[in-house]
Amino acid sequence: MAEKILAPLAGKVFKVYISVGAKVEEDDEAIIIEAMKMETPVFAPCSGTVKEVKVKEGDTVEEDDVLAVIE
Amino acid sequence: MILIEKTLAMFNTSGFFFMTPGMIVMWAIGFTLIYLAIARDYEPLLLLPIGFGIILANLPLADLMKPHEGLLWRFYHYGIQWEIIPPLIFLGLGALTDFGPMLARPVLIFLGAGAQAGVYITFFVAHAIGFDLKEAATIGIIGGADGPTTIFLATKLAPHMLGSCAVAAYSYMALVPIIQPPIMKLLTTKEERVIKMKKLRKVSRLEKVLFPMVSALVIILLVPAAAPLMAMFMIGNLFREAKVVERLNHAAQNELLNIVTIFLGLPVGATMNAETFLQPKVIFIFFLGLFAFMSSTATGVLLAKLMNLFTREKINPLLGAAGVSAVPMAARVVHKVGAEADKKNYLLMYAMGPNVAGVIGTVIAAGVFLTILR
Repeated sequence: MAEKILAPLAGKVFKVYISVGAKVEEDDEAIIIEAMKMETPVFAPCSGTVKEVKVKEGDTVEEDDVLAVIE
Repeated sequence: MILIEKTLAMFNTSGFFFMTPGMIVMWAIGFTLIYLAIARDYEPLLLLPIGFGIILANLPLADLMKPHEGLLWRFYHYGIQWEIIPPLIFLGLGALTDFGPMLARPVLIFLGAGAQAGVYITFFVAHAIGFDLKEAATIGIIGGADGPTTIFLATKLAPHMLGSCAVAAYSYMALVPIIQPPIMKLLTTKEERVIKMKKLRKVSRLEKVLFPMVSALVIILLVPAAAPLMAMFMIGNLFREAKVVERLNHAAQNELLNIVTIFLGLPVGATMNAETFLQPKVIFIFFLGLFAFMSSTATGVLLAKLMNLFTREKINPLLGAAGVSAVPMAARVVHKVGAEADKKNYLLMYAMGPNVAGVIGTVIAAGVFLTILR
């Protein structure tokens, strides 16, 4: 079953640690979003394989945008 | 012979003969601030020019602060005493401020107001230990964690304390990440810190455009003494939200803000000469300033807990600490302390609500002091 990683807040994508096909554990830091000059880590919601990464470093995201999909 | 005489005269008119120990102490203070700005990144935009201003004002015979003549005195007189620079800073801040998070959850405005209680507590404490009412008000406003407001009020109520209060305000703002967390943790339980906030609703463009106009009207009618700061704050915000004057918006929050920041720091530093600054009183100002920051944090958190007793939807009480208006440092601190308790709790945007409300709260508090005490 696929689970989405959603942006918890609006900001700029600062770092993407995951790539398609990589394995992630639940609670791993997947992506870092920069908002208000502060880096905020976004964690993987479940363990699995990264199926899709929808953002790249430097992208601007809104709250609840889909950042990546994990299967 | 003549040459020797001239050389001697040259020495006599040099500043070296007129240095006092007090001046050297002031240089040390100036250098310390410059060091903190450069090496530790403590509010460098302000502490760097302030530090240099202190050194410049304590150079004998240079007379940079001599009334009507000195260069820095002119900056001080026409910029700060004429109340031009702090309101222009507020114009820039208004253009930078997104009131969205506050409008999305207006109940959080109360937290911005709650943190101002520290200002008044400190006012009474300062008065009780011997400062006169005007001085006590100026010290209390440090707890609002708002530099331009502190400078604005000090100029009108206690100009002799302007330098020390401004330095206290800016240095404690840099120390917010150290001052606040212990108090926030002491006053909350782990269960409270992990409370997740309900998602913020979307704020419409109409609300954002109307807000600066409506709030300028209401606040200035309510506290006319706050008008200079509030007027500029809200016109800056209207530039931002109107979306049709991007050039003005951009100029207000970049070039203009940067320029006036230069002319704010230097003369504020220059008001600190050895005679007025090196007094036992100044130590009390710094202690009371710290106390003001701490009590504002505490009252903000406690008010949030109080509100939780009456509301169904619980507020994470950490948000109360963001009512201390150091924008956005206090909001970041709230976010970090929240993330320590639960790393998947993202409080940043919720904290911006009380944070920007705190700015308005501090301006109103200053307006109230002015109305009562002037």
